[in-house]
Amino acid sequence: MKKKYKVEQMDCANCAAKMEALIQKIEGVEEATLSFITQKLTIEAMEDDHERIIKEVVEITKKHEPDWVVHA
Amino acid sequence: MTKTQIKGLKRIVITLILYVAVILLNKLVLQPRKLEFLSANANQIVILMSFFIVYLLSGWKVLVKAGKNIRRGKVFDENFLMSIASLGAFAIGEYSEAVAVMIFYLIGEWFEQFAVEKSRKSITQMMDICPEYANLWKDGQLTQLDPEEIAVGDMIIIKPGEKIPLDGEVVEGNSFLDTSALTGEPVPREVVVGDPVISGCVNREGTLIVRVQKEYEDSTVVKILELVENASSKKAKVENFITKFARFYTPIVVVAAVLLAIIPAVTGIMVWSDSLRSACIFLVISCPCALVISVPLSFFGGIGAASKAGILIKGSNYIEAVSKLSTIIFDKTGTLTKGDFKVVEIHPEPGMSKEELIEIAAHVESLSNHPIGRSIQEAYGKPTNLAWVENIQEIPGYGVKASYKGADVSVGNRRILEELQVKVSLSEEAFTSVYLLRNEKYLGAIYIADELKKTSKEAMEKLKEIGISRTIMLTGDKNAVAQMIGKQLKIDEIYGELLPEDKLSITEKILKTSSAKESVAFVGDGMNDAPVLARVDVGIAMGSLGSDAAIEAADVVLMDDDPRKIATVIKISRKTMWIVKENIVLALGVKLLVMIFGVIGIATMWEAVFADVGVSVLAIINAMRTMHERKK
Repeated sequence: MKKKYKVEQMDCANCAAKMEALIQKIEGVEEATLSFITQKLTIEAMEDDHERIIKEVVEITKKHEPDWVVHA
Repeated sequence: MTKTQIKGLKRIVITLILYVAVILLNKLVLQPRKLEFLSANANQIVILMSFFIVYLLSGWKVLVKAGKNIRRGKVFDENFLMSIASLGAFAIGEYSEAVAVMIFYLIGEWFEQFAVEKSRKSITQMMDICPEYANLWKDGQLTQLDPEEIAVGDMIIIKPGEKIPLDGEVVEGNSFLDTSALTGEPVPREVVVGDPVISGCVNREGTLIVRVQKEYEDSTVVKILELVENASSKKAKVENFITKFARFYTPIVVVAAVLLAIIPAVTGIMVWSDSLRSACIFLVISCPCALVISVPLSFFGGIGAASKAGILIKGSNYIEAVSKLSTIIFDKTGTLTKGDFKVVEIHPEPGMSKEELIEIAAHVESLSNHPIGRSIQEAYGKPTNLAWVENIQEIPGYGVKASYKGADVSVGNRRILEELQVKVSLSEEAFTSVYLLRNEKYLGAIYIADELKKTSKEAMEKLKEIGISRTIMLTGDKNAVAQMIGKQLKIDEIYGELLPEDKLSITEKILKTSSAKESVAFVGDGMNDAPVLARVDVGIAMGSLGSDAAIEAADVVLMDDDPRKIATVIKISRKTMWIVKENIVLALGVKLLVMIFGVIGIATMWEAVFADVGVSVLAIINAMRTMHERKK
């Protein structure tokens, strides 16, 4: 199942690309794309995993890009 | 401009004024040592301090960010590199340059932000087909609701100027619809009672009452938005290449910078200050941002431009494939022809009337959704009596078999005659013909014709013009019909009388013989086309006539079924790929030049900052050109 989240205040495209790679490594993520241009994060995973995954995403972004706002 | 942009601009202006003031102070007062009460050392410290204050004012944010990032172990961060580069400039005594680097970096960042914001805005505008509300008409009352809350069968009212929120059928009123956001077609379409309306169109004139036929989730507008948004997740090869490249680029340049700082100085080729300066220049340009932003942005713009013209492209990878098209395979019916069959002649055997023949055919085909079956039902003109038919069997590529009033009846193309070895002396005519057999006895034939789409000829000419070298037409229809239509359109290769599986095997053969550098497209609409659409490099489906299965399997969907759009999508894709390549060459070229100049000592930090941020801005502006494709 696919879910979309809005991510704001991304200030550099390369950072978004790096973050995308990190999110793809989260357990349970089948596919993840973070679009710098549309400011959208799309995660494909099993339905039960989504809640845990987005929590981890928020943590990871807090750690690496504290300025970003992830609307979980 | 947004608030943060105005704030940023103010900061830039203030620091610029201060910067100029400090430079003047230095040139006019401090350097000529006008302040005689200061010792030489004190004077030097005042110079340093004055610059350092402006430096902090302009760059404190960058420095703070860099500090935070180091603690998190992010060493190759842009802020960190800028800090090192400018502090390095202080260390080698280039005060004014150090400040300039920081200010210029701010200006560049600001422009970059501005350009990104602008492109984001034009993209959201382009995708602004989403309806905000629907007017539900229930029990004589009008309520404004979220489109998601409307159910199938509900009545909604659409006033002039409003967007149609859900797909449905007009039950009252007539009007003109602006379909341009979906199809790119500038001429408004007239709708009257009974006509279907598609969500996302704008009602121009009269008030319409519409019976909703699809839930919001399944409506055209949501499907289109999903397609466009998901498109960015299917990345082109170039995009993946850039992402990988970016991962290696920065570390390599940073390592090179460190080596450049140490080796020439240690071996005595350069003095320390020169080698540090070249190293700083390397650090400044070590961010691959120009590429990482502009390449996806170009693809997004290309997909956006296409959707403006009524063409949906399902991913950047297909832009890449479309740009390399050299061979296009066409299905005939519904693609090049209207798919709107009409019975033109009826030839019963002696002892049978025309009406009788049509009646039998209409009953056997009563469950058929095929255009030919529908044309026969239309010619019959009366409701069919389902009690007369039993055991209806559809045999793809042949026709339909059923038991009609107790007799075995087959309705189909020539193959049904061949299979039962019935000999019929009929002249080969350029019509689609349907033959009838009852209890293996020949009853007669019905001739059906389909018209060419008005735009098919022009579409083919356009394709030749832009250099598509090979066009092929595949059809299950009779050879005579295929030849006639193919020749009219000047199609290079024509294959008629194909079974659905033949279409696939011929396509396989074409794919095998085409070179890896070029790609092959198939344009079709029918259910039978789905496997072929999925097999080729680029599957193009007709959106409004096409079946859901074909649209699902296709990579590119033409919303208004106009074959001329194939040339348009090729042009957009080629332009997009060209801009992508331009940006790669521009960004890497400029950076490489600055690196070389930095090593020989021609380039200053100024040029380096320009190379880093200026190129990003230029690349973004260039990438945004993809969005503005001229109509037609």
